[in-house]
This record gives sequence, structure tokens and C-alpha cells, in this order.
Amino acid sequence: MELKVFFMILIGTILINNYVLSQMLGLCPFLGVSKKLDSAVGMGLAVIFVMTLASFFTFIVYKFVLVPFGITFMSTIAFILIIAALVQFVEMVIEKISPVLYNALGIFLPLITTNCAVLGVAVLNLKSGFITAEMGLLKAVVQGFGAGVGFTLALVIMAGIRERLELAPISKNLQGLPINFIIAGLMALAFLGFSGMKI
Amino acid sequence: MAEKESALLMKLSSAPHIRTGDSVTVIMWTVVAALMPAAVYSVYLNGLRALIVMAAAVAAAMAAEAGSQYLLKRKLSFHDGSAAITGLLVAMNVPPDAPVWMVVAGSLFAIIIVKQLFGGLGFNIFNPALAARAFMMASWPVHMTTGWHRFSQLNSLSGSLTNVFGLPPEVFDAMTQATPLTLVREGPRILHDFGLGAEALHRVLFSPEMLKSLFIGNVGGVIGETSALLLLVGGLILLVRRVITWHIPVSFIGTVAAVYFIYYTATGFEQAGAATLFQVLSGGLFLGAFFMATDMVTSPVTGAGMLIFGAGCGLVTFVIRTWGGYPEGVSYSILIMNALVPLIDRYVKPKVFGT
Repeated sequence: MELKVFFMILIGTILINNYVLSQMLGLCPFLGVSKKLDSAVGMGLAVIFVMTLASFFTFIVYKFVLVPFGITFMSTIAFILIIAALVQFVEMVIEKISPVLYNALGIFLPLITTNCAVLGVAVLNLKSGFITAEMGLLKAVVQGFGAGVGFTLALVIMAGIRERLELAPISKNLQGLPINFIIAGLMALAFLGFSGMKI
Repeated sequence: MAEKESALLMKLSSAPHIRTGDSVTVIMWTVVAALMPAAVYSVYLNGLRALIVMAAAVAAAMAAEAGSQYLLKRKLSFHDGSAAITGLLVAMNVPPDAPVWMVVAGSLFAIIIVKQLFGGLGFNIFNPALAARAFMMASWPVHMTTGWHRFSQLNSLSGSLTNVFGLPPEVFDAMTQATPLTLVREGPRILHDFGLGAEALHRVLFSPEMLKSLFIGNVGGVIGETSALLLLVGGLILLVRRVITWHIPVSFIGTVAAVYFIYYTATGFEQAGAATLFQVLSGGLFLGAFFMATDMVTSPVTGAGMLIFGAGCGLVTFVIRTWGGYPEGVSYSILIMNALVPLIDRYVKPKVFGT
């Protein structure tokens, strides 16, 4: 029974309420880093990592610091601080492990700091009522991981499509962002098929 | 003598050697012709209304193609049949009583936004007709899910599904007004409203009479999807004329059948065979597998890629039909796999000759 709940959270965040295609969060990196498939995969992995860790730490801080001291109104600022520190950490790790990936990601890695999808995960974990729920921490972490996977899925699909469209005779005023927004809209239409899913 | 023979064997001419006469125009109008049996039957089944809807959709699609090509300063090619197919498929994806303005809007969306903005024929990522269906489903859900064909017992081609189940007439009427796939979901509730148990539902749904009706096409559904038999005829025409290959239809329908058989067997359902057959014959599976998933532009290039594409479509169809919010998932499954085609093509490449 418990396993089913976690599976449902995963399916929910990856397919049904995909952070990019259904909740329209994190559009900046979604459109910014989807030009090449390789950097899209790298960005996706970084986001999965950051989202999972962010869910863990924001949950701990909210439950054991903010709630006991009665300063839950500070949650947004606290979460941003935690996420920023995490991203700096990830950036240092990637710089050491894979300089190529580091260069490919360029400005977008620091941008995860202000990626609304990461803050969105932290806030939505609260809204989902995980704070008081049984095994809430694990649920929050699973939701963070699923959100990252969903983001990566959308990003990788988008990168594949954009590489194919490189040679398409798209009219000049539509090249770049406009056509990408149209693609994103059509992808969101396709993912509507999963809406209302219950297992 | 020997010299003359070798001269014959060595006879060369400059390329091209054999021409088949295939062109975009020929292929596209072949597809239109292959859709005709199902379209004509639909007019017979649903009345003149279906003909008006189809004509309006085709006209709107061709007009949109001509207009956008003129405005984008491209070569006019609205008469090559590709816009006509898109329009016809848009019409075949709406209920028979759908308002004409909605179908026209769908056709315009399909041609202008999904096809021409991406660069015209050969560059669109998504199947235009299916994207239009998803667009209409999101915008006018009521018009897209009501207005089904009223089941008529006077139908001379297939008056096979009659009330032989001992149900009260009003219950039978309520059940046959929905599409079969909606009935799978809503049936228990309808029967409950009349104070009956759900077991009567399976007796009707998976009966040989129902399966025969589904195969011939005397059931509710969108304009083009009802008759599996006539869609199969059209699909065979395409296969014989080599417009499509066997890979996608076989892997798509095969996956749906296999997964449903495993599902029904695993959940201990006693009529697993009949229920699987019901799932394969109902909904838009045949229309999607033969005419929409096989679109050359939006499907993978290699045979292996096509098999993966079809299997993916089948799996997503199963997931949406079984657990999703919509009764039918064929159109969404093809759209989702359309988005994955660039990735499939990237990883399933033909072996480079000589390596």
C-alpha cells in the first residue's frame, strides 16, 4: 500500500502534473538549455540532484526550525537561501568532475538558484501536506526527485525536437523563442492526455 | 554470338533507370482514397450531417494551406492532397453531431499552427490532425464528447446488436448511446441508476454480438473510427501500394492486444480473450494505427525505430484507457510518441554500410 503511494507521487509529478508542461514552472532553463541534447541531459541531471536535495533540506528546516519558532512566514526567504547554497555546492562539484559539462551549462547552472521549479518543489511539498503526513520526509524527497525527472523528460524531448528543426524553413520572425513556445504549447496539449489519471 | 550476348549484358543507360511515378501528390491522394470506404460508410451510418462536417473540414484545411502559403510567400501546393488528408482526418476525429464551426477551427489550427509555422509539409513535429483533436478536446470538451450516433436497429448493413440480453429497453437505450469505451467506464453507474448490478455490463460488452458490431462499425464513436473492417480495407490498400510499411500498425495493435491480454489475465478476468478483442476493436485504434501513426513526416525513419514507436503508442494507449481521465488514449499516445520521434531517430540509426 505504501509503495503504491510513492509510485503515484512519481507518476503524478512526471506525467500528470509535469512541472514544465502542466504547471508552467522552470520555463527559463527549459527554453534556454534545450538547444543541444547533450547539455540538456546534463542540465536535467543537475536539476534532479538539486531538487531532490532541496526537498530534503527545506523539509527539515521547515519542520524543525521554522515551525517550532513560529516563523513560517519566513519560509520563502529560508528556502531561497537553502537552494542557493545547494546550487553553489553542485556547481563546485560539477566544475571538478566534468569541466566539459560545466562549460556547456555555462550561465544556466547558477540560474538554477532562481529556477522557480526548484522553489516550486519546496513550496508544493508544503502544500501537499507532507509536513504533518506519515513518512512525510520520504514523500517530499520522492516528489522532488519525480519533479526533477519530469523536468528532464520535458527538456530532453524539447532538445530532440529543436535539433530536428535546425534546418526547417521557419520564417524569420518565428525563429528562436516564438517557435519554441509553440512547441512547448503543443507538447503540453499532448501531455493533457494524462490529466485526471488515477491508479 | 558471344560478343553480341556480352554486349547485351553490358548494356548501360544513364540514370534514372526505372521510374515508379510516385510523387507527393500521388501518395497523398492514395491515402485519401484509402480513407474513402470508412468515410462513405460513416455518411451512410450518421447521415448527411457527417458529409457536411467532412466537406467543411477539407475545404477549411485547403483554404488555410493556400492562404498561409500565400502569406509566407511559399510555393502554392494546397492541391497536393496533404491538406485534404489533414482536413478529412480532423473531421473523422469529431463526433458526427459536432458543430461545423468547431471543425473549421480545428482544421485552421492543424494547418496554420501545427504545420505551416514549422515550415510546411515535411517539417511538422506533430501530426496536424491529432494536434487539432487535442486542441478541440481542450477547448470544447462538451462538443467533443457528446453528439454520438444514435444506435439504430433499422440499419440494414449490421443490425446485429439487438437487445438479446434481457435488459429493460430504456437501460439498453442508455447503454448504446455512449461509445463502447465510455460504456466500459460509465456502465456500472448507468446500471446502478436503473438499480442493476455491474455484471450485466460485461455480459453485453464482451458478447459476440457486440464484438461483431464493433468490427462492422454499428456503434457510437467519432466519424471515422467506428468500422474496424473498412479501416482495415483502407490500411491494406496503403500497404499494397507501399505508402506505409507493416511495422507501425503491427507493433501498435499488437502491443495493445498483448498488454491488455496480460492485464485481464493478471487481474483474474474470466473472459480475457473477448475483453482483449473488445479493446482492440473499439475506439480509434485502427484509424490511428493505420492512418495517423504512420504519417511519414512524424514517424521514425528506420524499421526498428517504427517498431519502438508503435510499441510506445500501444503502451501509452493502454495506460490512458485503463487509468487516465479520458476514455480513449489513441490520439494522445500518438502525439506523445510524435514528440519522441527525434530522440528515437537519434538512437536507432541504420548501420553505416561497410563498417
